[in-house]
Amino acid sequence: MDQGLRELYQEVILDHSRHPRHFGALEDATHTGEGYNPLCGDRVKIYLALDAENRIRDIAFEGKGCAISQASASMMTDMLVGRTAKEAERLMGGFLHLVKGEDPNGLAEQDRERLEVMGGISEFPMRVKCATLAWHTMKSALEGGAAAKTE
Amino acid sequence: MTAQPKLKPIPGFDPLTARKDFEILVRRVYGKPLAYLDNAASAQKPRPVLDAMYDFASGEYANVHRGVHYLSAVATERYEAARETVRRFLNAAHADEIVFTKGGTEAINLVAHSYLAPRIQPGDEIVLSVMEHHSNIVPWHFLRERYGAVLRWIDVNDDGSLDAGAVDAAIGPKTKLVSIAHMSNVLGTITPLKEIVARAHAKGVPVLADGCQGAVHLAVDVRDLNVDFYVLTGHKLYGPTGIGALYGKRAPLKSMRPFNGGGEMIREVTRDLVTYADPPARFEAGTPPIIEAVGLAAAIDYLGTLDRAAIAAHESDLLAHATEQVKELNWVRVIGEAKDKGSILSFETDGIHAHDVATILDREGVAVRAGHHCAQPLMERFGAASTTRASFALYNTREEVDVFVAALRKARSILT
Ligand SMILES: Cc1ncc(COP(=O)(O)O)c(C=O)c1O
Repeated sequence: MDQGLRELYQEVILDHSRHPRHFGALEDATHTGEGYNPLCGDRVKIYLALDAENRIRDIAFEGKGCAISQASASMMTDMLVGRTAKEAERLMGGFLHLVKGEDPNGLAEQDRERLEVMGGISEFPMRVKCATLAWHTMKSALEGGAAAKTE
Repeated sequence: MTAQPKLKPIPGFDPLTARKDFEILVRRVYGKPLAYLDNAASAQKPRPVLDAMYDFASGEYANVHRGVHYLSAVATERYEAARETVRRFLNAAHADEIVFTKGGTEAINLVAHSYLAPRIQPGDEIVLSVMEHHSNIVPWHFLRERYGAVLRWIDVNDDGSLDAGAVDAAIGPKTKLVSIAHMSNVLGTITPLKEIVARAHAKGVPVLADGCQGAVHLAVDVRDLNVDFYVLTGHKLYGPTGIGALYGKRAPLKSMRPFNGGGEMIREVTRDLVTYADPPARFEAGTPPIIEAVGLAAAIDYLGTLDRAAIAAHESDLLAHATEQVKELNWVRVIGEAKDKGSILSFETDGIHAHDVATILDREGVAVRAGHHCAQPLMERFGAASTTRASFALYNTREEVDVFVAALRKARSILT
């Protein structure tokens, strides 16, 4: 198989897209956000439950989309449980660098390793927005603001 | 001064010979031979079109309708000759019924703004089909937002076909226009346009046909169709981007107010007053796409050298060949199987998103479109978030269809 494709559709990613973690609604969400990719019509909804210290106690997502967007959302939710809102945003910053093929400076070694499986997307510029939709939506949920768009 | 070529078509059609006119088709992507199956989005350009634009720009170019000098006269003649070529292509009665626009989208917006908007009272209705391209939806939404127009939707049958009777049912006493695709860019469905026009006219309602796809694959005769407006776009017709045309019957065109204001569209301008030129100049404010108009005429002339009925047969064969193979895959759902359809194949893939399909096909050299195809109401109608679309042009081959199907199988094996 094409090397780029092999990296894009790694087993970890396919596993997340077939069996997304934290999929569904969250009854006791304190924050929600909706994201939309006008390019392909994909939608995602992120639910966050923050505790008194602004720490993500629980998180979930709903939506339909391509393997990349589903895997990205699933991996994100997996990684964000227990983090503060600030940490979540820092992680997002690193992720955005990574999917553009840039150095995700400032990430803890462990986070970097987990996120690196998404690095293959940098070779597919038309698909980067699929990977970032969930993250942008998470951020807009934290900000309690308007629907996220990938444009 | 170049005369209008009066080329006779050569009977029969050989795609392999025609392919030689499209240099881009020999290129490779990711080391694989290109199989360009995204023709409904935009078609590739043959050498004669590129040559005509180059020759005109390098040998005869100046602004039109302005100078008294030699080149301006030549360029004006070429520009007006291009209009005559479009007239002939559509079999319009008069060249002044052809307005050059920058594309299909602008042509529809022109009708919405200049023809229909002044005629709309709150509650007046515009009839559309659910399979319209966004460019034949959004301009009418403008009239809904601004003037209180009501959009009435004609549904399609489950196979994607559209009954002329359904148009009848949607037309009421407040209907001001029926606006409908001649051929759907997603389903390939060819609508019974002549009958639709007859039924609409029987109720006194004019019809706009969006021929952005239809003009590519069908022989269009606007007089036989008796349609009031017909829209085409150059880049899907093997011509350049930045040019399209609106055909409008003389009477409605004459009744229309201008859209853009500027040079070339006026009769007289004073400090207090302005009077407007007659159509088509009234709607062509500013310097028009002159080189593009020459390119569009060259594309039409190019098609004129080919046997269009034989091209249509070839494209139908490609569609049948693709449909047959894709339907053997029990994880594929074809959307749009009207009896009367052009060479467009849209489908959903079980458990695989269209964008993943398109990415994998791309790496095999196969260019297809994935997404909602600017037809979200239609996607909703078929309960599909997005589809993959392969669309075939005169230069495609059965071999390319086979490469496409093999790549599709590969996508499935990678993703499931
Ligand atoms: C059916 C249909 N109508 C209208 C358009 C708009 O044409 P253009 O983008 O050239 O303005 C397209 C293609 O984009 C189309 O397929």
